[in-house]
Amino acid sequence: MKIARRKAHTAERPIDAATIIALIVAGILILVTVLAPWIAPQAPDAIDLAGRRAPPSTAHWFGTDDLGRDLLARVLFGARVSLAIGVLAAVLTVALGAGVGTVAGWTGRWVDALLMRVADAILAVPRLPLLMIGSVILRPGVALLILLVAAVSWMETARVVRAEVRSLATRGFVEAARAVGAGALLSMWRHILPNVLPILVVATTLAVGRSILLESALSFFGVGVQPPTASWGNMLYQAQATMATEPWLALFPGVAILISVVTVNALGEGLDVRRSGQGG
Amino acid sequence: MLLTVLRRAAQSVPLVFVVSILVFALLHAAPGGPLSVYLENPGVRPEDIERLRRALGLDLPLPTQYLHWLGAFARGEWGFSLSDGRPVADRMLERAPATLELAVASLAVALLAALPLGVLSAIRRGGWFDRITGVGALAGISLPVFWFGLVLQLSIAIGLGWLPSSGRSSAFDHGAVDRIRHLMLPAIVLAAVHAAGWSRYLRSSMIGILSQRFILAGESRGIPRKVLVLRHALRNAAGPLLTVVLMDAAFLVSGAVVTESVFAWPGLGALFTEALARRDYPVLMAFLMVTSVAVIVLNLLADLAHRTLDPRTR
Repeated sequence: MKIARRKAHTAERPIDAATIIALIVAGILILVTVLAPWIAPQAPDAIDLAGRRAPPSTAHWFGTDDLGRDLLARVLFGARVSLAIGVLAAVLTVALGAGVGTVAGWTGRWVDALLMRVADAILAVPRLPLLMIGSVILRPGVALLILLVAAVSWMETARVVRAEVRSLATRGFVEAARAVGAGALLSMWRHILPNVLPILVVATTLAVGRSILLESALSFFGVGVQPPTASWGNMLYQAQATMATEPWLALFPGVAILISVVTVNALGEGLDVRRSGQGG
Repeated sequence: MLLTVLRRAAQSVPLVFVVSILVFALLHAAPGGPLSVYLENPGVRPEDIERLRRALGLDLPLPTQYLHWLGAFARGEWGFSLSDGRPVADRMLERAPATLELAVASLAVALLAALPLGVLSAIRRGGWFDRITGVGALAGISLPVFWFGLVLQLSIAIGLGWLPSSGRSSAFDHGAVDRIRHLMLPAIVLAAVHAAGWSRYLRSSMIGILSQRFILAGESRGIPRKVLVLRHALRNAAGPLLTVVLMDAAFLVSGAVVTESVFAWPGLGALFTEALARRDYPVLMAFLMVTSVAVIVLNLLADLAHRTLDPRTR
């Protein structure tokens, strides 16, 4: 019993230190985001005109902004918006990409050609300008913003999933399933999905980072999340004007973005190494 | 070879068409269409709008409008800017040199950083240097570009005063030194993401090549390690790296929009954000078309470079 367990343990790749750290940080980020109303020192929109533009101190760890609002509280509440957009947009991105990729890879022929040319075309258009124009035209709320981010990000996943589905569809076990009368949907569910799932997990993790960056860039240009809702991006947008005199306003939201994106990217890299079984 | 080039180039043509349909559809998805700016102006009467619609051909069926627009675009008639009434092509042409200057500078910075970092971390794989550059690269690809720009502005330009914080040159000084000093921070900001990505890419392809048997054979024949790494391995890694560099063109455009806006660099990216603020649709559409076509051409070059440099694909 003991021997068997040890054997099973060594057969699995040990999780490397970087991935463990990333997991811990991700846990803290989720916890802080969920618990924001309880751990924030005050409400994110509580205005204190007497205490405006205060540098970081023991009373306000991250300082206050030009309306006297506590920056720590705003960063904590901003996390809810920025991280929620990041995660939801990533899930939608990969779901969309997996859907298109599966249909293209399974159906083949002109459907495949058409879908892949559309993917190529959207990939050729620089992503951020495209998204900025879309935002200006549609003036999206948070839900539509998530949809927009996914709409310009699904193509890479679609390409990978399509290639994988194409190679799987010709393999013996899938052909065997088809031969005994399994329909397309059943084959996909039972045989294709389990095989592409690891790819989708890695793709989703990496997409979270990219979505957070896209949202923050959009909001930084004033065409993403609109005030008074605080997101890390629009906090930086507001900080830009007074940056020289109140640098802390530009510092902390950016650090929050950097930490979040580094964490999910490290996690994605770690998962990818485990999936493909290659050492780094 | 010529046939391959032509065939591959021909494959890009439908792509340009799909992109143009996308861009055209985007313009017409705007509330009020291309005339939305006039709709918000109380000084413009409804009958004026109707006259404009007819004069601009906006009452024609959409497919006809699309063909007219595409034909005009191909002839270099990109319409007139809504903010100053000048031809869009002129506005873009006068901004292009600044962007090219920034792009070339940041390409140089990124390669100067990525080449030594990638090679050194490959030959010292798993060592402390490799680990530090690994963490640095992770941070580099995770950086919000606009924020990195703000931080450098704050610290190096405003805090230390070593370099100017924005613009392309000083008001009364147009010398080369002044220009280069203005160029440095934007070039570094635009280069950071690419330097991070390319150094890791080079590292992994160098590791792959250094473990191949021709390197072992060279070692056993007594060829110095330095020669093996720099001449034999790096030469083999250069082709794939060049492909990746060219493939990243689309990211460069997005990065340029952000960087030029933060540093008030008077290039195409800054023109784009100015046009966005004024809902100057003709400029926005021309920007998307020109940059997309540039990306398609560079990706085509990447593909051809890959075929030329890697004999296995011939």
